Amino acid sequence: MSPRAIDRETPDRLYTVTHGRVLGDEDPFDLVSLIVAEREPAPGMQSEHAKILQMCHAPTALVEVSAELELPVSVVKVLLLDLLDTGGITVRHPLPGVTHTDGPTGLQIADHDVLKQVLLGLQRL
Amino acid sequence: MAYNDSDAGVAADRPGPGLDSGPGRVRTPLRKSASHGLKIVIVGGFGVGKTTMVGSVSEIRPLSTEEVMTEAGRGIDDGGTAGDKNTTTVAFDFGRITLDSKNVLYLFGAPGQERFWYLWDQLFAGSLGAVVLVDTRRLKDSWYAIDRLEHHKVPFVVAVNRFDGVASQPALARVREALVVADGIPVIDCDARRRESSKQVLISLVDYLTGLSGRVQPAGTIGTT
Repeated sequence: MSPRAIDRETPDRLYTVTHGRVLGDEDPFDLVSLIVAEREPAPGMQSEHAKILQMCHAPTALVEVSAELELPVSVVKVLLLDLLDTGGITVRHPLPGVTHTDGPTGLQIADHDVLKQVLLGLQRL
Repeated sequence: MAYNDSDAGVAADRPGPGLDSGPGRVRTPLRKSASHGLKIVIVGGFGVGKTTMVGSVSEIRPLSTEEVMTEAGRGIDDGGTAGDKNTTTVAFDFGRITLDSKNVLYLFGAPGQERFWYLWDQLFAGSLGAVVLVDTRRLKDSWYAIDRLEHHKVPFVVAVNRFDGVASQPALARVREALVVADGIPVIDCDARRRESSKQVLISLVDYLTGLSGRVQPAGTIGTT
């Protein structure tokens, strides 16, 4: 068996799952966007879509969906976009505009209130 | 507040590979009220203990997933072994900490090598900050990571993972000097296997960030040499 046959295996499987589609410029998802199912899986639905609806009864981060389905993040994004377009899921995005630029250092720093909440949460662990 | 303490303890003792993924694993769902996902990235060379740190403080056993790097990743992949293959799969690990009813913190272990920069872009976009995990026996593994973090203006702290039986390790001040880390940036010791120690690293990072974000508070007052 040539190494190339192995190399091609995964892309072929991924091609089938997404029907060859890739995510365009529109990428509304972050790795930690929380996905929430808005309806039950329907009969005849693509199995990956059905699995996503099942596992997202409770909010589930995109990376957790990816790990559970054993599919790469970019493939999961295509599947999620299908469900988003048909109202199957809603997305709880990470806080918008959380960062600002620190004057002296030029570093990208998150919002002060958000950081204080994180600090409190960590101290309570 | 602790979640699945025993589970995290088991995970902490496990080496990098052999992570949970796939069907058959019992998932621990988030609360219905969870609404804000937050990110902190732990970056470092191969075998430095990134997954161990994620596992020791995570409420779930560390998960592994992957991303496909396509043409976009090729420019910086000059390893010369890829031939004409136009996709590469790169795996990364993550864990989770529920902070309160709304906020959930995700910890990502990111490979520090140059060829994974494409993945870094996704990991660092919107992240709170980064922990550079350092093995003093392989300090130069950290150079590239620190350079990229500075270039992308991602705030970070440096955590030196003190392994067992390495008695004559360089002091923190020498690590700071070797890595050319600016004075305000915390450089701290840790034991990535210990939950409390990993937790303190995260607290040091967020404390540092909180200082930077608050006008009144001076920046970088903790954990420095």
